[in-house]
Amino acid sequence: MKTLLLGTALVALGLSPAMAGKAFVSNERGNTITVIDTDTWEVLTEFAGGNRPRGITASPDGKKLYVCASDDDLVRVFDTETYEELPSLPSGPDPELFVLEQSGKRLFIANEDDNLVTVTDTETRQILAEIPVGVEPEGMGISPDGKFVVNTSETTNMAHFISTEDYEIKYNVLVDQRPRYAQYTADGTRLYVSSEIGGTVTVMDIAEDGAPTVVGKITFEVPGVQPEWLQPVGVKVTEDGSRVFVALGPANRVAVVDGQSLEVLDYILVGQRVWQLDFTPDQKYLLSTNGNSNDITVIDVATEKAIRSVQVGQAPWGVVTID
Amino acid sequence: MSRWQQVLCALMMILVSGHAVRAAEVRAAVLRVDYPRLLPVSRHDLRADDIGFAGAVLADEDNGTTGRFLGHGYLTTTHAVTPDNALGRLDEILAEGVRLVVVQAGGAELLRLADRAAEAGALVFNASAPETELRDAACRANLLHVAPSNQMLADAVAQFAVWKKWREWLLVTGSNPADRALGEAFRRAAGKFGAKLVEERVFEDTGGSRRTDSGHVLVQRQLPLFTQGAKAHDVVIAADATDYFAGYLPYHLWTPRPVMGSGGLRPVSMHPAHEAWGATQFQTRFEKLTQRRVASEDYNVWLALRVIGEAVTRTGSAEPEAIRAYALSDAFELAAFKGQKVTFRDWNGQLRQPILLYDGWTTVSVSPQEGFLHQVSPLDTLGLDRPESACTAFN
Repeated sequence: MKTLLLGTALVALGLSPAMAGKAFVSNERGNTITVIDTDTWEVLTEFAGGNRPRGITASPDGKKLYVCASDDDLVRVFDTETYEELPSLPSGPDPELFVLEQSGKRLFIANEDDNLVTVTDTETRQILAEIPVGVEPEGMGISPDGKFVVNTSETTNMAHFISTEDYEIKYNVLVDQRPRYAQYTADGTRLYVSSEIGGTVTVMDIAEDGAPTVVGKITFEVPGVQPEWLQPVGVKVTEDGSRVFVALGPANRVAVVDGQSLEVLDYILVGQRVWQLDFTPDQKYLLSTNGNSNDITVIDVATEKAIRSVQVGQAPWGVVTID
Repeated sequence: MSRWQQVLCALMMILVSGHAVRAAEVRAAVLRVDYPRLLPVSRHDLRADDIGFAGAVLADEDNGTTGRFLGHGYLTTTHAVTPDNALGRLDEILAEGVRLVVVQAGGAELLRLADRAAEAGALVFNASAPETELRDAACRANLLHVAPSNQMLADAVAQFAVWKKWREWLLVTGSNPADRALGEAFRRAAGKFGAKLVEERVFEDTGGSRRTDSGHVLVQRQLPLFTQGAKAHDVVIAADATDYFAGYLPYHLWTPRPVMGSGGLRPVSMHPAHEAWGATQFQTRFEKLTQRRVASEDYNVWLALRVIGEAVTRTGSAEPEAIRAYALSDAFELAAFKGQKVTFRDWNGQLRQPILLYDGWTTVSVSPQEGFLHQVSPLDTLGLDRPESACTAFN
């Protein structure tokens, strides 16, 4: 009732009621999704997310939440407003991470145990294709023009460039050990692929036709931290491409990399075993999931400082934000 | 031109042309020597008929999936033989043109097999034998060790004990030569990491003392007696490579103390409950394929063949010398579900690797432990280090 009154008051003042942004965190061990208000950084609720929820994303309109329920062998779908569960999507076995195409129609899912990428239609809930890839597929990135999906295979150590038109692999690029994540820049001219055990991020320039050329590697060094613990996983790039943020796993840090020189500018201390990252839609904040301290760290993107941490469920894995 | 040479030529052409598209077959063999054995203390340690071989099947699948994108095929044959037939079977394998051989055998057979393989220019991977000597004065240039050495295993236990500040040890050693060798490794480890052997006892292998049926009644009476009156100690370290008594030590000591080494908390390359660092994926793939749980030897064979696969993927060559050179180079690195890359010591051919400390239930800890530093790699705090090595075959 209070909310309604407040809403009315705001309308009376000529303002629309500001919809609070939300962050959804998948808790791999807790089998839950934590919902966080991205204005107040308060936890709004935590709801059941299926068994071993890992990859997490939202529909372009922000209304639906998709979760890889790895041990249920399907993608669970939730209403981002009511948190009600909607009909699930078939994913193939052991879905780990996925990427939704820009239109929101097709979901490209990495099936970790079966060396496949499954393509699922989110409207008809039908599997459109299964694409054989390398061993232990995980990272999934999509080019901004939607023409290529890049899958990384952790034991094969390749980035596979899959055409979203005919589902054929057009290019395979060998990278360092255990590639975890693939992220294009917003203009689509560059791709970053993190290698967890190799300890590097491979940088590729992408030609007009989508062809990749390896142009460099980002390496990391933190005084007092054993090089073995600098394990790059999640990668996010600012809209203008000037900054690349790399989650460094058990090093408990997010690296800030200059998008032009590829030099590491700073290391931001976050929670323990940091894996995935996501910006808030306005790119003011970057959130990191810290699997061993069961929290997320909020990083102010402009100042490149950690501003607070929020306790979530057990072993947070992935995070997605909506307006 | 032999088939092998044809494969090599095809590979060389790939290398020269820079297009890894030609179909090429990488052939390897796993040779396992089966010895007469008594039953293990625990049924959990029964050896599966396909021990080691199951790792080869998974490795062929893994390597083959990667190879599909590069035009490399992998075919590994498996061979189980008695000690008497080992050399003969190796000759047959070599006669078929195979020059990459993974061996599961004791140290003596392993050296004989490696030397015969050397005559044919073949590269051998040790997936079983733990004798430290094989990495020391008895090392061979064509022999790479994927299995950890006794010294690595003992050092892994010692580091954990010292981290726990359990510095005073009661060392209980078996009476067989292999037990004594392992006991010596623990003695060295104590000296290396600052632990103290307050007392040593030998548990004689009198034979025929397998305790089945109501045997626990006897165990319950004998072991307290055996461990009675020992000088004050923090922990009991067991050296029982033969597997006849260490499994009985926990809960049966006179003084209540933790047991480590061959019983209680054991150092292993892999175990079926290990799930960190993506190992869950390895376990599920292995179990799906084999319908059983993994043993260290399966993992070692898998890892040896993955070393081959990684070298072929990166160099485009399946030639033993090229694989050896790449594996020993600074460029080589491999993910092995242990949280950091594994690499080879280029001065004795031993694979550097973390060691899991397993209580039969879960991963209790992983060595090297925090705070044990090394100028090259913390992994080199485990096992023989370069300055103390008597190995000259790699110079």
